Amino acid sequence: MADYKLMKGNEAIAEAAIRCGCDAYFGYPITPQSEVLETLMARKPWDETGMIVLQAESEVAAINMVYGGAGCGKKVMTSSSSPGISLKQEGISYIAGAELPCLIVNVVRGGPGLGTIQPAQSDYFQSVKGGGHGDYRLIVLAPASVQEMYDFVNLGFELAFKYRNPALILSDGVIGQMMEKVQLGSYKPRLTNEEIVARYGSWATTGKTHDRPRNIITSLDLDPYRQEQFNLKLQKKYREIEEKEVRFEKIACDDAEYLLVAYGSASRICQKAVDLAREKGIKVGLLRPITLFPYPTKAIREMLGQVKGILAVEMSAGQMVEDVRLAVDGKVKVEHFGRMGGVIATPNEVVAALEEKIIKG
Amino acid sequence: MDVKDIIKEENLVYGKTKLLTDNIMHYCPGCTHGVVHKVLAEVIDEMGIQEKTIGVAPVGCSVLAYNYIDIDWHEAAHGRAPALATAINRLYPDKYVFTYQGDGDLASIGTAEIIHACNRGENIVVIFINNGIYGMTGGQMAPTSILDMPTSTTPYGRKVELNGYPLKITDLIAQLPGTCYVTRQSGHTPAAVRKLKKAITKAFENVGKKKGTSFIEVVSTCNSGWKLSPVKANEWMVEHMFPFYPIGDFKDE
Repeated sequence: MADYKLMKGNEAIAEAAIRCGCDAYFGYPITPQSEVLETLMARKPWDETGMIVLQAESEVAAINMVYGGAGCGKKVMTSSSSPGISLKQEGISYIAGAELPCLIVNVVRGGPGLGTIQPAQSDYFQSVKGGGHGDYRLIVLAPASVQEMYDFVNLGFELAFKYRNPALILSDGVIGQMMEKVQLGSYKPRLTNEEIVARYGSWATTGKTHDRPRNIITSLDLDPYRQEQFNLKLQKKYREIEEKEVRFEKIACDDAEYLLVAYGSASRICQKAVDLAREKGIKVGLLRPITLFPYPTKAIREMLGQVKGILAVEMSAGQMVEDVRLAVDGKVKVEHFGRMGGVIATPNEVVAALEEKIIKG
Repeated sequence: MDVKDIIKEENLVYGKTKLLTDNIMHYCPGCTHGVVHKVLAEVIDEMGIQEKTIGVAPVGCSVLAYNYIDIDWHEAAHGRAPALATAINRLYPDKYVFTYQGDGDLASIGTAEIIHACNRGENIVVIFINNGIYGMTGGQMAPTSILDMPTSTTPYGRKVELNGYPLKITDLIAQLPGTCYVTRQSGHTPAAVRKLKKAITKAFENVGKKKGTSFIEVVSTCNSGWKLSPVKANEWMVEHMFPFYPIGDFKDE
């Protein structure tokens, strides 16, 4: 019989970490994601799987602990919310520059600055376009349910190790705080130190043995020509990710004349908006990007012959809409609708915006 | 007898430890980093812990420390070495993990990380090079620059009104119950080098005994940043640095 549990999104992150064989979590309290650290501390996974959980002195320290743990080949993660994720950007850039796998979870709240503790989707640019310094990308997964919060922990780690690149779960205060039924997976054992040497011994700092040169985890190369070659290598990796790892969901798109594009909690609102609009006779579909990097550009392009207009719905001033516009390249009308500052749009507002901005406009 | 007849394997009284690589060091002649690297490599070699030692290098002149000692290394972001070392130590409790940090790295941008790693009693060694100046970036004021010391950002000397007081971070660290061994050493004379080696050995032995954090400050010279010859820099250190940063143990438990 399947193992079901009613959980908060944040609790699902913690449970998934333990069950997918995560070696360590390093975090710092911040609303609305503190339940990740609290759940882990209450679960005491060090007794159960040997997983380490540590409350760091700051988000800066936490991400650098992740940097250290990832460098020695371990499966390590952190989580935070927007202001804390800003603090982690330095470390994330180093981790991307050192080509290390790890998982970062952002349970987004409204900004800028201290902003609010209510949900928002205003960290899209930061997550998808870079965030820290230098030309790098994260693999960005956008869960729209508590089940996906759970599932994307394992998926995030798998992609991170496959490409030796940090992966980010871009969630928000809605998904983090709401409770839903979750189907829990079975326990995956943590890798032993011997398995880590066998799999990642070519790069991980597991202790220099006589049979290999010393492993050095660094993002530094002072020679500009070598540094350029390294950047080209990174770009090649990102193109490969764009080619192979795009994930999205299409809802009611077969006969759609209009299209909503929304991710995460906004996509849940849009699902209801699609039903409401169809009751009014408006043939609208929903395209939900599941990966935000790589972005489902082709999937949107394929809808262009079919739809008369696209509304991007986000809890922001309009960030993802830029990627929709890049995909559409001026061929159909694209507008944005969003609420900000922690305000959540209602399905009726989405339908009204669709009628106002796309159908009439 | 020709001198070449004397230079034979069996007559050697000193050899470079095999843990020091053949890479040409980028450090300036007279710089204390060279001495500390050599002593550190010797200790790791003599203790036979090369396979179990993981170093964490800082940002600063010793950012490239990983080029010189033949062990696995991480290069940290500025000031964050103790956070990396915390994770490595927790994930590999049987390894010998150390950080190697300068004064800008440890006592300025990385104060939070070093204080909290020491306060948690992470089972690591911290080697803290204090030369009172930012060497890599061209001789700017460090948190440990002593009063009236001229630097490129205190061209008229460090003044309390403008720059505050030099930070005796090792005195602070010694107060933390997570530390088991806190000492201040130097490396400017053969006797000082021998004491330094004893201190580093003890620190690594403490890791083996899982005693907590061992912290070794090395009062050092930066003849390029100080604009002094190597000999003059050593004299200046003895005359001006030692009275403010006296050599000796703070704690040995």
